[in-house]
Amino acid sequence: MSGSPVDLLPGHSSRGRLEQVLRRGEFAVTAELNPPDSADPEEVYARAAVFEGWVDGINAVDASGANCHMSSVGICALLTRMGYAPIMQISCRDRNRIAIQGDVLGAAAMGVANILCLTGDGVQAGDQPGAKPVFDLDCMSLLETVRIMRDHAKFLSGRKLTAPPRVFLGAAINPFAPPYDFRPYRLAKKIEAGAQFVQSQYCFDVPMFRAYMDKVRDLGLAEHCHILVGVGPMASARTARWIRSNVPGVHIPDAIIARLEGAADQKEEGKQICIDIINEVKEIKGVSGIHVMAYRQEEYVAEIVHDSGVLKGRRPWRREQDPADAGVAERLDAARGGEMQDQESLAETAAKRPH
Amino acid sequence: MTKPSPSDLAPAPKPDKGNAQAGRKAATGAYTPASVSPNRRGQRRFAIRLWSVRHSRLLEWVYHRFASVFLALHPLWRVIGYARAEAPVTLVERGVKGVLFDCRMCGQCILSSTGMSCPMNCPKQLRNGPCGGVRANGHCEVEPDMPCVWVKAWEGSQQMEKGDAILAVQPPVNQSLRETSSWLRVTAAAAQARDGEAARAGRPT
Repeated sequence: MSGSPVDLLPGHSSRGRLEQVLRRGEFAVTAELNPPDSADPEEVYARAAVFEGWVDGINAVDASGANCHMSSVGICALLTRMGYAPIMQISCRDRNRIAIQGDVLGAAAMGVANILCLTGDGVQAGDQPGAKPVFDLDCMSLLETVRIMRDHAKFLSGRKLTAPPRVFLGAAINPFAPPYDFRPYRLAKKIEAGAQFVQSQYCFDVPMFRAYMDKVRDLGLAEHCHILVGVGPMASARTARWIRSNVPGVHIPDAIIARLEGAADQKEEGKQICIDIINEVKEIKGVSGIHVMAYRQEEYVAEIVHDSGVLKGRRPWRREQDPADAGVAERLDAARGGEMQDQESLAETAAKRPH
Repeated sequence: MTKPSPSDLAPAPKPDKGNAQAGRKAATGAYTPASVSPNRRGQRRFAIRLWSVRHSRLLEWVYHRFASVFLALHPLWRVIGYARAEAPVTLVERGVKGVLFDCRMCGQCILSSTGMSCPMNCPKQLRNGPCGGVRANGHCEVEPDMPCVWVKAWEGSQQMEKGDAILAVQPPVNQSLRETSSWLRVTAAAAQARDGEAARAGRPT
């Protein structure tokens, strides 16, 4: 029904490429698109183009850090038009359940096959701390809401949908924030609520992540959910320090900062650290992929993915025409055809009845 | 020409950056609703709320006794009328739970599932566990002075007999129940369940 790139396979919940890659057991790569502060679609296209052929999905962030940017729905509309595979992020900070359910339907209709459910940063973290924090749902009830819409074809109220949104559901995890021993159980809750894949916060502390994954495997969660580890290059020791103290929930050990500081070329070292971490985490059992967050260094994503060799020669997603486009073209043709026929008949009547 | 004093030479204090300054930001006009107020609570002490979490097991026991007393009073509530009892009971409930838990009167109390730490005190009002922004010292990302409600909830739940309830997925808050008595609602539901069971048991098969 809704236009998405590939056919719906049995047992799959979406027509998205990301779900197919993960279910096939291939190592997936996703990246985050830095949303423009602009109304120009070209900026979105240009920023997406650097990922082409290197990632399985592009995250369209929803005002991350409570800073205002182009909306995730808008970015997804542009990306699906171009045949990219966006992962639409929905945060609970700015919209209530009515708006969110409407957005889910709209996004699915545009061909969005992946939705990532987040709580969102507090408004106080962003550029407009005077805004009203909504938080009508939390990430868990948001997951459940979208799952109910998809699996039961109805709104939270019970009202029926004529076509459910076929989406692959994601969530976020942060194993690097207290209460550490509750974090694996929280993942269990998210899976129960509907999460099929999760992307983690920046992973700089591999031993800590390994301990988390041990517990996750003990609880038997790794079989029920695809876990993508968040990684990214740090431009310099200064940036790393700034991020550590100002971005909520990012844990960067002193050793990483010391290694950055000691390097002659800090930017190059940042990339190397990122590649080293990818190579370490990809060996951990239960890890299904990586999520590269290269904020303002998006042009290095291809290099990082290439140098880490995680794709093993696989070329993820080519841009593909959306089948929905054929429908649109048909409708446009029909509209034009109808008009022409009208003109013909008008001409005929005019010819038959000369003044 | 006078010599500059050492205090003139000292660099001006750097403005604070990042989200660590929630309280100060709120003072500059950031949104501070009556129910979620970063600034006011930033200065308040959390001693009693933290005491309640530390004694979650005791409070759990007390609550169960209290709930059965309330249920035993069901005939009385029915005579008075649940609707008419609402106002005075709400007043008492707000007072008691306000002191013990900094209750926000969401009207659908889940303290038993959250280690006796009220989740509505979370600036994001999360009811299903901590967000990813908890600071390394276990404090809130939005209100740096406040211990994370969910870090405390996890600690509290570990002491409780039915602490596993924290693992259940909670539905979204029904905003239309705000400022109503959770005690009476729970009692009415329990009475209905009990009567239903009795009716089923009493019915000859």
